[in-house]
Amino acid sequence: MAQKIAVIDYGMGNLRSVSKAVEHVAGDAQVRVTDDPGFIANADRVVFPGQGAARECMAAIGKHHLNQAVLHAAKGKPFLGICMGLQVLMGHSEENDGTELLNLLPGKVQRFDGLATGDSGLPLKIPHMGWSPIRQLRTHALWHGIPDHSRFYFVHSYRVVPDDVSLIAATADYGVRFTAAIERDNLFATQFHPEKSADVGLRLLKNFVNWGV
Amino acid sequence: MGLAKRIIPCLDVDAGRVVKGVRFVDIRDAGDPVEVARRYNDEGADEITFLDITATAHERDTIVHVVEQVASEVFIPLTVGGGIRTAGDVLRMLDAGADKVAINSAAVANPEFVREVTDRFGSQCIVVAIDAKQVDDHWEIFTHGGRKPTGIDAVTWARRMVEFGAGEILLTSMDRDGTKAGFDNRLNHAVAKAVSVPLIASGGVGNLQHLVDGVQQGGADAVLAASIFHFATYSIGEAKRFMAHQGVEVRL
Repeated sequence: MAQKIAVIDYGMGNLRSVSKAVEHVAGDAQVRVTDDPGFIANADRVVFPGQGAARECMAAIGKHHLNQAVLHAAKGKPFLGICMGLQVLMGHSEENDGTELLNLLPGKVQRFDGLATGDSGLPLKIPHMGWSPIRQLRTHALWHGIPDHSRFYFVHSYRVVPDDVSLIAATADYGVRFTAAIERDNLFATQFHPEKSADVGLRLLKNFVNWGV
Repeated sequence: MGLAKRIIPCLDVDAGRVVKGVRFVDIRDAGDPVEVARRYNDEGADEITFLDITATAHERDTIVHVVEQVASEVFIPLTVGGGIRTAGDVLRMLDAGADKVAINSAAVANPEFVREVTDRFGSQCIVVAIDAKQVDDHWEIFTHGGRKPTGIDAVTWARRMVEFGAGEILLTSMDRDGTKAGFDNRLNHAVAKAVSVPLIASGGVGNLQHLVDGVQQGGADAVLAASIFHFATYSIGEAKRFMAHQGVEVRL
């Protein structure tokens, strides 16, 4: 039977790109953009995207009654967080004068300070927007076929700082070295947007679709 | 290695068709935005911008279908501009698969519109497009394709739009647009220095050195060009290799 993939929709941002990219690599899988906890609970895999501000994301997750569905999926089946879908898994964000997050992964979310200088001599622009190379810190099924130092597309003003640095699966540099991806058991989450990262991004999504935890 | 400077081909779309002549010998229908976008993606474009220049209201929906089709096949960031006047317009484009929406005249008519849509959809998907022309010793913004003066200082305006939440500035020199004489890098640098968000330089690219100059002299984070890519004068890949050779970090 074709596998079911849930793309969690809590009303924050453009999920069309994510679902189209997953469909593109998922063969005959059923890909559904959904806020239905039942579908999420029954799905074989879950993608958790998100854009926008931390507090609004948390409020939207609450409003859609998805806290438990997200936490349950993130502990029990192949789970891919993307961008805000990585950040809200942490404990606490500096955004909006401090926002409590889902606290699945102890750690915090901090703003890029904007003090570093870029090669033009001007301060680094915030958001960090565009294609940065990532350093894979370990082998992982989701890196399969993706050369180390490949460039992925980022757009974010905040970065995650996990308490347990051994969870970091990749880093990138933008004024500081920051977490580009985290992995733990069945969970993988990226600060970058695989759905917007051309061939390497599609490869990562394909690896996720085939990932046997 | 760090963040790459972005190369962004821009397509003018009129009633669902690419205009301003795209000349690729090896694509079947050079007026088809999907084919052209696919081609640019294959060549290594970092993003693609669609500018909807459709004049008649009843053909406006065609850009939505264009974005839907492109977003199903091309997995790099897509920006759509032209005729975006309401939050509903922004939502339609995002729902169709656009990642960013560029707002120009509507921001000038009502700056609060920028705050409204960045609050609702997030700064990351709102680009404010600015058309600027030199007037005496500074630059002023013009609307309606550069025909209508506003008397507003371009640098001040860019800064204000960022305060209102713009996630990126797309800056076009109306003095250089279409001239192939290169960017107005004094303008670019003045704006790049004034704002904390990324700057896309536009208007006047005629050769590959101009792209390099936009980054090195103008301080741009991304460079946008139309005709040098449409007429296949240079491929995106050639442009990137040239830029890399000149010391600009690009995604190869």
